[in-house]
Amino acid sequence: MNKLRTYLARHAQNCIGALGAMTRQPVASSLTVAVIGIALAMPSALNVIVQSGRAVAGGWDDVRDFSVYLRPDASIDQAIRLRDQLGESRIIDSARLISADDALIEFQSDPEFGSLLAALDSNPLPHTIVVRPSEDAAAIDLQELEAGLSKRTDVDLVKLDTDWVKRLNAMLDLARRGVLIAAIMLVGAVIVIIGNTIRLDIQNRRAEIEVTKLLGASDGFVRRPFLYTGFWYGLLGGSFALLLLGFSLWLLSEPMERLAGLYGAAFEPPGVDGGTALAILLGGLLAGLGGAWSAVARHLAAIQPKV
Amino acid sequence: MIRFDNVTKRYDRGREALSNVTLEIGAGELIFLTGHSGAGKSTLLKLIALIERPTRGQVLFEGRNIGRLSNRAIPRHRRQIGMVFQDHKLLEDRTVAENIALPMIIAGYSQREMRGRVRAALDHVGLLDMEKKTPSMLSTGEQQRVGIARAVVARPKLLIADEPTGNLDPELSLDIMNLFSRFNEVGVTMLIATHDIELVNRLGGRRVVLDEGKVESEGSSVSDHRSGP
Repeated sequence: MNKLRTYLARHAQNCIGALGAMTRQPVASSLTVAVIGIALAMPSALNVIVQSGRAVAGGWDDVRDFSVYLRPDASIDQAIRLRDQLGESRIIDSARLISADDALIEFQSDPEFGSLLAALDSNPLPHTIVVRPSEDAAAIDLQELEAGLSKRTDVDLVKLDTDWVKRLNAMLDLARRGVLIAAIMLVGAVIVIIGNTIRLDIQNRRAEIEVTKLLGASDGFVRRPFLYTGFWYGLLGGSFALLLLGFSLWLLSEPMERLAGLYGAAFEPPGVDGGTALAILLGGLLAGLGGAWSAVARHLAAIQPKV
Repeated sequence: MIRFDNVTKRYDRGREALSNVTLEIGAGELIFLTGHSGAGKSTLLKLIALIERPTRGQVLFEGRNIGRLSNRAIPRHRRQIGMVFQDHKLLEDRTVAENIALPMIIAGYSQREMRGRVRAALDHVGLLDMEKKTPSMLSTGEQQRVGIARAVVARPKLLIADEPTGNLDPELSLDIMNLFSRFNEVGVTMLIATHDIELVNRLGGRRVVLDEGKVESEGSSVSDHRSGP
């Protein structure tokens, strides 16, 4: 029991001592922490942006909708008949009719179009049916439907335009993979940075290591302070990364919201959620310990006391 | 306590530092290891502390062949031995008390035990009022006494010293040697390497003379009154 308490006290001492040693070299330590923070924040920020992009693209599911513009001379009765006919189709969820008059009223409320429309004698707008395909509608069926509609004499134009959403999603997939690669490389960089910092630390404390080994210090005893140093670098670097991430997302949230608004997508401003925060801190910690361990494993064994 | 059985140590350069050394060191003995520099004194101590391993032969420490110990077992072995060095090897960025406490920290003593023993060790070497100073604020003789306090604080079974008076003038040297004698009187086995034969002649204890890696002669010094059985 007493042994255990002494052991734990020793750990606590090493833990605090490592932090103390870092504060005795404030400039060098801060720079190292900053570099680690930036390296960890970059992939995290990219990831949040890509995730937001996906959320926005997800909000565009209704882009599967297509519009059927009737010829200007088609009557409202024809439009209603076509709408009802479409509504019965198995592959169609709903069909909504926007009459020329309704469309006119909507456009007149728009400040830009309003004055333009006022200058015209008659309503230039056609009846429009907005069709929402059912979820399980196959692309081939939709294409067939589109072709059939296009052939009708009362239909002017069928606008089915989902290609760009597919393209966007493909780009986002690519971006996500890019983020993953960047994350792996930058975490690798963090391991190297911490490993190198601790390697220098080991060199600077060579005399101390030699003496403690002469006095019978085990490898674990000699290793511990350096591992705690890595622990602190990882934790502080991770915390700094969180700060950077929160700040940059705050800067980005307003323009992103505007952009999403322009595309008519529902949009949650991006933030650092608990999972992301935990992942960054944990990633920092593991990279810190990993870097420290690699340095310690390679360089401590090489130091043997010479008398 | 320690037995050298036909021990030979050859370094990479090919020279034999020790050739077929056979030596027995009993518990509680005070032994001076003398001889010219290069005679093999340091090598003999290094073999005991497992800083080097023998090329041939056996070094037995309490019946165990330490040449066979794994690297992982070395720290535990070293904790049984107090070591004093010519250049004292104190850590400059720590206080005298922290330096002395180091072996106890390594061995995992509690804070309370440590404080008492460090003060006792400082008292033994007559430096009780120096505990808060750093080694660089001390004289060479005082530094060496701190080194000795550090070597004895964890109550080792054996104390080995390599030229502990090498940097000291004759008066301080005698002072240090008397300190060693006092520790020996309370039962610590001592093995002290020194080339200062004149000094050894003024002290008691057994003498082992090494010459070119061989034990040249063994015997008690002139003023011997405490030689082992």
